[in-house]
Amino acid sequence: MTSELDIFVGNTTLIDEDVYRLWLDGYSVSDAVALRVRSGILEQTGATAAVLQSDTMDHYRTFHMLERLLHAPPKLLHQLIFQIPPSRQALLIERYYAFDEAFVREVLGKKLSKGTKKDLDDISTKTGITLKSCRRQFDNFKRVFKVVEEMRGSLVDNIQQHFLLSDRLARDYAAIVFFANNRFETGKKKLQYLSFGDFAFCAELMIQNWTLGAVGEAPTDPDSQVDDMDMDLDKEFLQDLKELKVLVADKDLLDLHKSLVCTALRGKLGVFSEMEANFKNLSRGLVNVAAKLTHNKDVRDLFVDLVEKFVEPCRSDHWPLNDVRLFLNQYSASVHSLDGFRHQGLWDRYMGTLRGCLLRLYHD
Amino acid sequence: MPGKLKVKIVAGRHLPVMDRASDLTDAFVEVKFGNTTFKTDVYLKSLNPQWNSEWFKFEVDDEDLQDEPLQITVLDHDTYSANDAIGKVYIDIDPLLYSEAATVISGWFPIYDTIHGIRGEINVVVKVDLFNDLNRFRQSSCGVKFFCTTSIPKCYRAVIIHGFVEELVVNEDPEYQWIDRIRTPRASNEARQRLISLMSGELQRKIGLKVLEMRGNAVVGYLQCFDLEGESGLVVRAIGTACTLDKLSSPAAFLPACNSPSKDMKESPLVHPPSHGCRSTHNSPIHTATGSRLTQNFSVSVPTLIYTGMGSGSAGKEGGPFKALLRQQTQSALEQREFPFFTLTAFPPGFLVHVGGVVSARSVKLLDRIHNPAFVGIMGNTRSYKLLDWNSFNSDEPETRDAWWAEIRQEIKSHAKALGCHAVVGYSESTSICEEVCILSACGTAAVLNPRFLQDGTMEGCLEQRLEENLPTGCGFCHIPYDELNMPFPAHLTYCYSCRKQKVPDVLFTTIDLPTDATVIGKGCLIQARLCRLKKKAQAEANATAISNLLPFMEYEMHTQLMNKLKLKGMNALFGLRIQITVGENMLMGLASATGVYLAALPTPGGIQIAGKTPNDGSYEQHISHMQKKINDTIAKNKELYEINPPEISEEIIGSPIPEPRQRSRLLRSQSESSDEVTELDLSHGKKDAFVLEIDDTDAMEDVHSLLTDVPPPSGFYSCNTEIMPGINNWTSEIQMFTSVRVIRLSSLNLTNQALNKNFNDLCENLLKSLYFKLRSMIPCCLCHVNFTVSLPEDELIQVTVTAVAITFDKNQALQTTKTHAEKSLQRASTDNEELLQFPLELCSDSLPSHPFPPAKEHLESASSNSGIPAAQRDRCSSWIELIKLKAQTIRRGSIKTTVTVEKASPMGEGNFRNRSAPPCANSTVGVVKMTPLSFIPGAKITKYLGIINMFFIRETTSLREEGGVSGFLHAFIAEVFAMVRAHVAALGGNAVVSYIMKQCVFMENPNKNQAQCLINVSGDAVVFVRESDLEVVPTQQPSANCQPSCTEGEVTT
Repeated sequence: MTSELDIFVGNTTLIDEDVYRLWLDGYSVSDAVALRVRSGILEQTGATAAVLQSDTMDHYRTFHMLERLLHAPPKLLHQLIFQIPPSRQALLIERYYAFDEAFVREVLGKKLSKGTKKDLDDISTKTGITLKSCRRQFDNFKRVFKVVEEMRGSLVDNIQQHFLLSDRLARDYAAIVFFANNRFETGKKKLQYLSFGDFAFCAELMIQNWTLGAVGEAPTDPDSQVDDMDMDLDKEFLQDLKELKVLVADKDLLDLHKSLVCTALRGKLGVFSEMEANFKNLSRGLVNVAAKLTHNKDVRDLFVDLVEKFVEPCRSDHWPLNDVRLFLNQYSASVHSLDGFRHQGLWDRYMGTLRGCLLRLYHD
Repeated sequence: MPGKLKVKIVAGRHLPVMDRASDLTDAFVEVKFGNTTFKTDVYLKSLNPQWNSEWFKFEVDDEDLQDEPLQITVLDHDTYSANDAIGKVYIDIDPLLYSEAATVISGWFPIYDTIHGIRGEINVVVKVDLFNDLNRFRQSSCGVKFFCTTSIPKCYRAVIIHGFVEELVVNEDPEYQWIDRIRTPRASNEARQRLISLMSGELQRKIGLKVLEMRGNAVVGYLQCFDLEGESGLVVRAIGTACTLDKLSSPAAFLPACNSPSKDMKESPLVHPPSHGCRSTHNSPIHTATGSRLTQNFSVSVPTLIYTGMGSGSAGKEGGPFKALLRQQTQSALEQREFPFFTLTAFPPGFLVHVGGVVSARSVKLLDRIHNPAFVGIMGNTRSYKLLDWNSFNSDEPETRDAWWAEIRQEIKSHAKALGCHAVVGYSESTSICEEVCILSACGTAAVLNPRFLQDGTMEGCLEQRLEENLPTGCGFCHIPYDELNMPFPAHLTYCYSCRKQKVPDVLFTTIDLPTDATVIGKGCLIQARLCRLKKKAQAEANATAISNLLPFMEYEMHTQLMNKLKLKGMNALFGLRIQITVGENMLMGLASATGVYLAALPTPGGIQIAGKTPNDGSYEQHISHMQKKINDTIAKNKELYEINPPEISEEIIGSPIPEPRQRSRLLRSQSESSDEVTELDLSHGKKDAFVLEIDDTDAMEDVHSLLTDVPPPSGFYSCNTEIMPGINNWTSEIQMFTSVRVIRLSSLNLTNQALNKNFNDLCENLLKSLYFKLRSMIPCCLCHVNFTVSLPEDELIQVTVTAVAITFDKNQALQTTKTHAEKSLQRASTDNEELLQFPLELCSDSLPSHPFPPAKEHLESASSNSGIPAAQRDRCSSWIELIKLKAQTIRRGSIKTTVTVEKASPMGEGNFRNRSAPPCANSTVGVVKMTPLSFIPGAKITKYLGIINMFFIRETTSLREEGGVSGFLHAFIAEVFAMVRAHVAALGGNAVVSYIMKQCVFMENPNKNQAQCLINVSGDAVVFVRESDLEVVPTQQPSANCQPSCTEGEVTT
């Protein structure tokens, strides 16, 4: 006796959260059944393995049918085939678009292209996430990217509107899209200690302050404005950053800046002497990073540079986080007292964001 | 020219990409009704076209309105080649033809293609303007309401229940026409869908005409079926119960079946608890009549079973004068009818006087090609499917489908008579077809009815007499209607355990639902008898003979199984019995499902005793006693599980000649089953060409084992195949209707009856286990209306389809809720006082003369007034203050109605029912439509019936593997069918389908060719319901808003 056909269709589509998770994690039906058996469900319910097998198959089939709709979540809401309570719909979407930290770290900042897709095998082996799950996550990134790529307006809002994600998840996707668009390097060994959260935090700051959308000025001529408001960095701003170079190039200015910072921080910093000794190096580092951002290549290396030029030197001197904060605050604030320096606004736009990023990046 | 149909095509969405180059579609729509076609403009390059068409107007006569479906085809415009069809929508406009149902059909319909399934949706608005038809000789029956529900619909009152209506129409099956060889599968499927739609429209119209002839205005328990006879044609047949219904305007109404037994019966003018002189007998054996006769056209009429009870047909000889009188009157009322059958399974209180037992008849027929030369030539035309009524066409030929059924019905009628009954209730008919052999089956419950409902005002005198003898216990229906002295088999009668006055059988089998006033101890459970019998492959007559020879044995064994399982559960009555016999190439399958209960009026069932044939063998004896112990343990366990603890009644109190308390059932072990049975058959054959099967034995260990292998549902689960589970009444509103299908392939090697039985048994048990597992999140929960259907699509395939609804109930809150109800009602009573002023107004409008037909539009639609009152509260209606309150409520509803109507009258108002808990993330526009096989929705009141839903779909694929194999294919298809049903209901302005049934699910596959095809036929009643909780909350806050729910009826015009 073999089962040829075995289906269960409810007027309200049954969604088993546990099975959904297994499906999302890319387990095959038999693996999923084995995992469910291990969870002790048979003992709890008195069911047999055959029942579990049939149940799992059913759910997998349902998910498979739903997947097409999940690719465009508004469709899931308006479709008539599956009657699913709104709370369940939200859960389906949210879980489908959720991603693994380990996975996202691997592809963050990479071009979401076929080439990267080919590397998913390696990523799967490396992270222990099934290839199927990797593919889903990668395709999700790519899909979101494609949809919002050409759109105007707030990145987070666009994502939320077209994918119906929670605020939190939409912000994460905004970061992923932003990183993919600007191709920030995140895979270097030096950067391995950083979590996705760290990058997402920085991305958000950068979107808020360094993009065209951030300026808040609607493009005067909409036709000529081809750049995306939130996805691309403000080119003009990057160009202007060159002007900051004077802060380190002008010896007097540099010395004055240093003395202002040192005066203010004397006695307040545990690592004062180290700071004093390193001030010029640090300042050169930070300002040079800014000046280099006109080149795409250097934009990509932004995080590498920040870690190399600032995080690592401080860390080797064992600066406590609080000292870093005090230093950065003072470092940015003191510029206002430099009479010869004319780019205060530019400096604030740059340093405001950078300070936030550096503080987030500064950890073990 | 009495009707104008108006159609507007608004928009489409989610259309498929038809132009690969642009990834877009240039869609337009063809709207067709009858021979007239309109087209919209082409909406270029969009997957979400906005046509916003003008109103397309069709001027048609109402005959066509009833027969024809509105056909909407969405196409992709192609400049160079033929336009590609995207899909179709068929809309049955029948609901727009009754004055009380929907006024407009408006909403999103899935665009369906028989090859690709659902491909996007289309927004359509449909209206009908009906002109008054003064023609007396009209062919249409617009205005007759149809209900699938097999009880009097909730917001109606039965004035008269007229009786049985039936009709069938026959046509050639397009799939088997010569043209099918040259047309595409899509064209063929669409031809079939359209034909069946036409045929069912015509059938409904004809039934409607019959109802009008009987002066009724509605058909209740309407059941329409298709027989796909293959080469020989396509039969669409329907049965139903003609009634005259009144919209309810008083709270003294029939209670929804979901509620506890009514105590306000005295208020209802219709209630006359049955009683009569002391007369009683017993029963429970089977009465089987074998009238095998071979005619030249081959027809075998086989075993007819009367489960339970057996009378001599000399009704009325015995019994008190009253009984005789009653019988006479009933008889006179029923004699005018050819077939005193009722498809109802639940009845107004007092309708059912006695139940005799189950009567069934089967007949094996050989299908002939339907001779219809007139057809073949005109098939290609637009007006191709000219339907022919088999009756008129072949009226001179005796061997027609009609005659076949007439024959079977006649048999049923005579069996009912034999049980001393004049009527058959819970009546149904079915067929099973394999190649050219067809088994026709009819089944029902013989009963004595109260003629009060059958004819107006014939029983006044008798009524009063009866009321004096009022018996409050609700045991009357158990009392035997037949004669104690004239029973052809050893019977076992006792005095009724409730009233102690009349005789009751020891076991009662019925096909109806448990009467609401029946006293039940403990809970019920689903009981199934399953059976397979191998049969040699044979042709034509030899085959039919073989089948008809097997049938009596199958019936007998299924009955034995049922009886044993019933006893094993410690119960004494079966309700909702449904016996299905399916014929295949090389086997016959039998599946009997019923809900077992313990009726307080019936005696405690005896246990099961096993007796061996070789009592001297020691080890054998030991084995036997071991088995015996196991059985006894199981019975004890079941009694505990189902909470069966009847009060002990000492024999003296009953004080009747009760036969010695011997064990009723024995399982006799015998090796030679067939010879044994034959003896049994012969034994009883002498009497009245019927044989009686002694149920006190069965054969082989196998049966004992199978008895014990039936696993009870896991804790927290109950199941039944009736509307509700006796013993549970605190249902929550959480329901889940589902369909589950399984097909197994038998290994063709060494198939024995035993192995087959085991396979089949496992299949059913595993299916149930899977259901319990899947629905575990709903615990505590009851599977209600569990409906198994077995088919044998191929040689080694067995297909089982189950449709049921899982309802969660509240274990603890039963007491609490009644309390709060009571409190609330008191509160309400006080707020209601201010409304008393409106009494006179209401009374006037209420006393308007009401004609049975046409349904008076001016009838106040305060139908829900009764439904507005929670069940628990209704139980307490005895106090005067509540009575006043109830009245006040009714009145308020009726009088304020006009002010609030428009809000919900249009389908746009659906929003009100939907999305109460809108998701934070989105503004979903899809409303929830509940589906249930039950006639009610727990925790809610049905305020309006919008019309019958009767849909037939075909789905075919030539890429089976790509669609996920057979499971993926069927899963998607069933989900699509649900979606289309929901969409139609929503478009009618409804939010639920009740009495939903999947009548057919024919699945065929050809994996080698990567093909599969499936036909599904579903039906149900589209309704509007309102949550009880909403009804309760509103009045306390704002009394006048209270009328809203009842105003959902679309009386926009008032």
